[in-house]
Amino acid sequence: MHPAPSIIFFTVLTGLGLGMMTWLGLGLGPDGGAYPWVASALALALTGAGGVCSVGHLGRRENARLAFSQWRSSWLSREACLMLAAMAAFGLYAALWCFAGARFWGLGLIAAGLASGTIYATAMIYAQLRTVPRWRATPTAAMFLAAGLAGGLLGAGAAAGLTGAPAPAGWTALALLAAAGIAVWWQTEAAGARRGAQGSTMETATGLGFMGRVRLLEAPHTGSNYLLREMAYQVARRRAFELRRLGAVLGYLAPLALTLLALALGSWLMVIALIAHVAGMLALRWLFFAEAEHVQALYYGRR
Amino acid sequence: MTALPEATHRKLGLVIDLDICVGCHACAVNCKEWNTGGYGAPLADIDAYGAEPEGTWLNRIHTFEVTPDTGPAQIVHFPKSCLHCEDAPCVTVCPTGASYKRAVDGIVLVNEDACMGCGLCAWACPYGARELDPLAGVMKKCTLCIDRIYNENLPEEDRVPACVRACPAGARHFGDIGDPDSEVSQLVSERGGYDLMPEQGTRPVNKYLPPRPRDRHERAPARLAALADPEAKGFLGWLDAALGALGRPG
Repeated sequence: MHPAPSIIFFTVLTGLGLGMMTWLGLGLGPDGGAYPWVASALALALTGAGGVCSVGHLGRRENARLAFSQWRSSWLSREACLMLAAMAAFGLYAALWCFAGARFWGLGLIAAGLASGTIYATAMIYAQLRTVPRWRATPTAAMFLAAGLAGGLLGAGAAAGLTGAPAPAGWTALALLAAAGIAVWWQTEAAGARRGAQGSTMETATGLGFMGRVRLLEAPHTGSNYLLREMAYQVARRRAFELRRLGAVLGYLAPLALTLLALALGSWLMVIALIAHVAGMLALRWLFFAEAEHVQALYYGRR
Repeated sequence: MTALPEATHRKLGLVIDLDICVGCHACAVNCKEWNTGGYGAPLADIDAYGAEPEGTWLNRIHTFEVTPDTGPAQIVHFPKSCLHCEDAPCVTVCPTGASYKRAVDGIVLVNEDACMGCGLCAWACPYGARELDPLAGVMKKCTLCIDRIYNENLPEEDRVPACVRACPAGARHFGDIGDPDSEVSQLVSERGGYDLMPEQGTRPVNKYLPPRPRDRHERAPARLAALADPEAKGFLGWLDAALGALGRPG
């Protein structure tokens, strides 16, 4: 699948921001000082920036408002509605927290539920697609939720680092470890989930398997087209191993080490850990798209 | 709502005969010609007269080579367009309500005024039947020529999809596949018409008729060239014999 930068930035940044909203809504972090301001602003800015990125790949942006209408059937519409509701609920919660110094746990709980629900809806946009076994036959929802929630805890810690408040470094390290484990689980399943895992082959695609082995003799067109660019993306798959290693180091191992160091040296290290985590997650999310094979490429004899 | 109708009154669709298709691409050309005008955004072309032309098409013809375990390979031309699935995954994923399936005849359509061009429906389609128009930014797909089949301003023989009307070989048939007595349903049951990628659970309406088994010669003729020897009769035969009798000089 074509790894559109707008979708990669959207899923990484909103996942992080919504993860922060979840933890802050559940009551994480100190109440006094600059922390409520910095943490709330960071959560809202990350989610908002991701939201702005998400309209980047649309063909008709003026119709984007209609995406709030089909929540009964479409995961993409559910995601849009949940994200707006999460930002509204958390915005109100954060305003009361910052200006009045009060945390309404009921409102926080609602914001946390909506925020983590949005991450789940984002994951389901991909996990629902039977046409892409690498997303459907793997624990995609668990992987997105774990990444968002661990990143959110790290973001909350980074906000503490910026304001000189104590950060829950021990819990963050545990969360990163758990998220890394789920990422490895997803990767293991994905390695076995090629297109054949769903039973689709060139023979089932054409229905000509009863006659023999099928191969493409002539493509329908000499040039490229939307389908090939979008669904048969092959660029740089051969560098996947190196990129995955880089993503694992930057996204999980370095933040884990820095978070553990923060226990001894101070929470400012969590800021560097967050930057490394975002860079690593961008690399891994790029691979999430670039390595995914779509069954319709079978009609072109491609993967 | 982009929910699917529980059932459709009719199941209009195409039956494509892979035994007959000669791969001339006339159906694709006529499809493009008809659907680039009339309704909605035109089907854009990019770099049409340059080195790397490409564009939006609603129908594309692949050509496959099928090799059996023994014997010669066979070429199959394979036209492919929207299959108007009963369980169309492209419809339910649509966030704006632009994609829908008509309850009256089962045709899957895009309301271009509501489409935001996110491309998720094209991701959900296993068949590659939807293409995002590069200039208009909206999703384009086969409409089963809805502006022809019900169009009473056209002569009756033209009230079929443009691809069916254009096919010079008679490889494309249009009709109600939900009606067991229709001509297309008869064809499907006689010839063993099948679904593409049934494992995807989309329940396509369009069916494909398999190529018939080719003639197999038990033994090859001893001398192929003899079959091509001309046999002259009448005056030419007399002349042939007379000239043969003269023989060659030397």
